[in-house]
Amino acid sequence: MTFGLEFPAVSQLVQWKVIWGSDWYGVTRVTIQIILSVVIILAFFLIAGSKRKLVPTGAQNVAESAVDFVQEGIILQSMGEEGLSWTPFMLTLFSFILVLNFWEVLPGFQMPVTAHIAIPAELAILIWVLFNAVGIKSQGFFGYLKGMAFPPGVPWPLYILVTPIEIVSTLFVRPLSLAVRLFANMLAGHLLLASFAVLSAGMFTAEAVFLKPFGVLPFGLLIALMGFEVLVSFLQAFIFTILAAVYIGLAMHPEH
Amino acid sequence: MLHVLAEQGAGELEAGLKTIGAGIVYGGAAIGPGIGIGIVVGNAITAMARQPEASGPVRTTMFLGIAFTEALALFGFVLAFLLKG
Repeated sequence: MTFGLEFPAVSQLVQWKVIWGSDWYGVTRVTIQIILSVVIILAFFLIAGSKRKLVPTGAQNVAESAVDFVQEGIILQSMGEEGLSWTPFMLTLFSFILVLNFWEVLPGFQMPVTAHIAIPAELAILIWVLFNAVGIKSQGFFGYLKGMAFPPGVPWPLYILVTPIEIVSTLFVRPLSLAVRLFANMLAGHLLLASFAVLSAGMFTAEAVFLKPFGVLPFGLLIALMGFEVLVSFLQAFIFTILAAVYIGLAMHPEH
Repeated sequence: MLHVLAEQGAGELEAGLKTIGAGIVYGGAAIGPGIGIGIVVGNAITAMARQPEASGPVRTTMFLGIAFTEALALFGFVLAFLLKG
């Protein structure tokens, strides 16, 4: 009679068999999930936009409320009126991350693609390049550097302290925290769901008969946590997009 | 004590210490953000209760504040895994 549970190692929970190619550059299930996500998003918006009607129904309804949400909930809150030309980019970013996160709770897949650091890191590098490019374009190279390193309204002796902090936080901490936030949230959710699944499986198949009915408890919590993870997936997609919008908006209008 | 140490396999002590260290790292990293998120959400609720018509912008700002505060705890979470290696 054993009460001990064997929890799988973390690497075992996020690594998948290489279907095609080598260990370093191969196709795994996660790769297929990314390709599927792109296809799903593309198909959804193409279908929603193909038969446009004045009174929207079905897919067009969902697509229009998504555009509305991105414009009013994300862009107007952080970039203002002139950020509205960024709507296509922000909508793409939001729906891409949302679908990648939703794989976490989809039965049969149960693997958030963003729990691999490569995908959030690549998206964060994209945002880093974008907001620097926008800042250089709108303020000029030296103007952008000056606005970043010497924020106005600070007494000059404080610049000894403020300038290094500002440079490090803008150029290094921003992309790092953007990537790590999305990655760690989704990995933590994945581990949480996996732990409760292992726990309930272990209790249902326990040798001691009196333990079996109590397997309902972790299983019920597992279902509740699934609902919570849907919320987290949505929230993390929202937060990533709004932070990208805030950074690009800050580069467009320097503080004055 | 000494003969207990001698009976262990090579690297066992190191692995155990690493696990303890990872636990301390995550626990320590969660203290500050826990308090911080409490302050952020508490003040946001106060603001929403005082001015319900402003709850839209307050909610957005609250999530932004939570995201910035939470980042520190998540760094600790990732660092714990890196330490356990």
